[in-house]
Amino acid sequence: MSTLIIEGLRAAVDGSEILKGVDLEVPAGEVHAVMGPNGSGKSTLSHVIAGRPGYEVLGGSVRIDDVELLDKPTWQRAEAGLFLAMQYPTEVPGVALRDLLAASVRTPEDPAEIGERMRIEAERIGFGSQFLERPLNVDLSGGEKKRNETLQLGVLRPAFAILDELDSGLDVDALRMVSQRVEEETQEHGLGVLAITHYSRLFEQLKPDVVHVFADGRIQESGGPELATELEETGYERWVTAPAATSAGLPDDPFADPLA
Amino acid sequence: MSTAFSPTAARLLGGPDWLVARRTAAAEAFAATERPDDAAEEWRYSLIGQFDLERYAPAHEFGDAPMPRLDVEPAALIRCVNGRVMFVEVDEALVDQGVHIGPLAEDENGEARLGSVADDAGDYFTLLNDAFMDRPLLIDIPRGVVVDRPIVVTHHAAGAGGAAFPRLVVRVAENAQADVMDLHTSEADDDILVCPVVELDVEAAGRLGYLKVQEQGAKTWQFGSVLARAERDATISAATAAFGGAYARTRADTRLVGRGAHGDLAAVYFGESEQTLDFRTYQDHVAPDTTSNLLYKGVVAGESRSVYTGLIRVRPDARGTNAFQTNRNLKLSDDAWAESVPNLEIENNDVKCSHASTVSPVDEDQRFYLESRGVPTAEAERLIVAGFLGEVLAGVPVQAAVPALKSAIAEKLARQRELDSAAAESELEAV
Repeated sequence: MSTLIIEGLRAAVDGSEILKGVDLEVPAGEVHAVMGPNGSGKSTLSHVIAGRPGYEVLGGSVRIDDVELLDKPTWQRAEAGLFLAMQYPTEVPGVALRDLLAASVRTPEDPAEIGERMRIEAERIGFGSQFLERPLNVDLSGGEKKRNETLQLGVLRPAFAILDELDSGLDVDALRMVSQRVEEETQEHGLGVLAITHYSRLFEQLKPDVVHVFADGRIQESGGPELATELEETGYERWVTAPAATSAGLPDDPFADPLA
Repeated sequence: MSTAFSPTAARLLGGPDWLVARRTAAAEAFAATERPDDAAEEWRYSLIGQFDLERYAPAHEFGDAPMPRLDVEPAALIRCVNGRVMFVEVDEALVDQGVHIGPLAEDENGEARLGSVADDAGDYFTLLNDAFMDRPLLIDIPRGVVVDRPIVVTHHAAGAGGAAFPRLVVRVAENAQADVMDLHTSEADDDILVCPVVELDVEAAGRLGYLKVQEQGAKTWQFGSVLARAERDATISAATAAFGGAYARTRADTRLVGRGAHGDLAAVYFGESEQTLDFRTYQDHVAPDTTSNLLYKGVVAGESRSVYTGLIRVRPDARGTNAFQTNRNLKLSDDAWAESVPNLEIENNDVKCSHASTVSPVDEDQRFYLESRGVPTAEAERLIVAGFLGEVLAGVPVQAAVPALKSAIAEKLARQRELDSAAAESELEAV
């Protein structure tokens, strides 16, 4: 069985270091939750692993077994078995989901087979077949976009999936179907999951094996599923260090109320 | 003044007296007209400054015309070479319904139809067309007749140094309906000038779809005009797909002269190597409650250039106008260049108008999204570009022509990809 291995991963955006040495191992079939406060670099972690432009990797390694991903273009990381379900899936006007899946190196040659997989996956998560011919993510609601991401996961059958805030924008029913579907994939095909989230509601159906607390650009603590419940109750204050900027009189959060 | 384009030369083209008189008058007016230059707002960014009419003479050879690629059996097929109608085939049912399709000079209404739209919208090149059009073509759909399959016209130009002046006049009478596809091709290796003029006259509650496909050769210069007029409650949908030519300019004027008239105006274009594709549009709202929606989208690759300049004009009486104008360009290489200049001129307060224009490379986030699903980089770009243009193609008239347009786009993209990988290889060798 495969393992996704992240070692000493450091990365910067616009010269400032966001990931400060991330170490993490996700064996096939396991679900690892990465939970942390907003602005801790959780989404950066998902983007750097997938190879999104705009990030500078300063050091470290991301591998599936012996295969180093960091020196590969994004599509070859996908070919190697990686999948990223995005927090904000990009709209691609004029490109239908079917065209995308047909062009992927991870799907079969036969379009009929892809169509069949799409049909089955849509049914499993209650995703209307009218969406299958629509341009990608265009005019889709937040929840529809997340179902769309999940459908693609099902069709592409990756070895490892990074779910970046998959629960955001989903109503309770949709959340149940989507997280149930990912859970089944871990059991049916041994999918390994790195689930990045702020809240624990994703984990009612998708059962985490390990929960990591992520703050200030690295894993601060790891534990069993009970840690997720604890975080839900107590929050992240324990791991959030007072930003240095505050002492200089500048609010760290640009949206914070300056009069508070 | 070259003798090739003199009033005497125009007179010698023959035909009925009224046509000879019209040509001669136009040639005389042309002789007295200065060639425009790019100092004029209308010609800014154009290559008019490099244009030399002296290099050409009216074409006099008329060979065979290529067949169009189309998914349906057309209701009528007309093939023209160097502006001369060579072949006409019309479904008998249409003839029985009173549809007139054929050489305009031989039609009883030809004289009245010719110039019915263009005479109010003349410029240097429509004048030149008026003087040297060889055998204009008329498509005349009588009142209430609905033509449910496309009418297909092909215009081919051939012969080095030749100049062709195709003229197509379409009239859709009250409450009639038709779709016309107009395919323009030319010999790949011949240095050719083509100045086509199309007149689209849609009477009350008529509905006309017009699709011009420009697949001219790499050495062809084109100065084309598509001039439309829509009367009360009429709908005109006019689209252009421009792929060929060395320099190809299309001026598209749409005048909404009757209350409630509507225009859907669209274009897709794809320039490569050193092509320049130039578009000038004019949405003229003359009557109240008229609406127009313009969407032009194009791609520039290699060292190609595109120019879009457009004007929405709302006349003082045109209250309740809705007019939109959008031009978007994708730049596939650093050496490609796109200019986009939308304009509004509004003389009534009770209107909704907007314009937007963009020039940008392929969106990094879109490419990343596709790549993250295992789509190789070049394939991701191909999908994004095809999708970008596909958004326009989904709405153009004569949908039966769209598969051929999509494969023309795919061929262009494949060629870019080959050039890119060849360039990458030679770079490697240099290292």
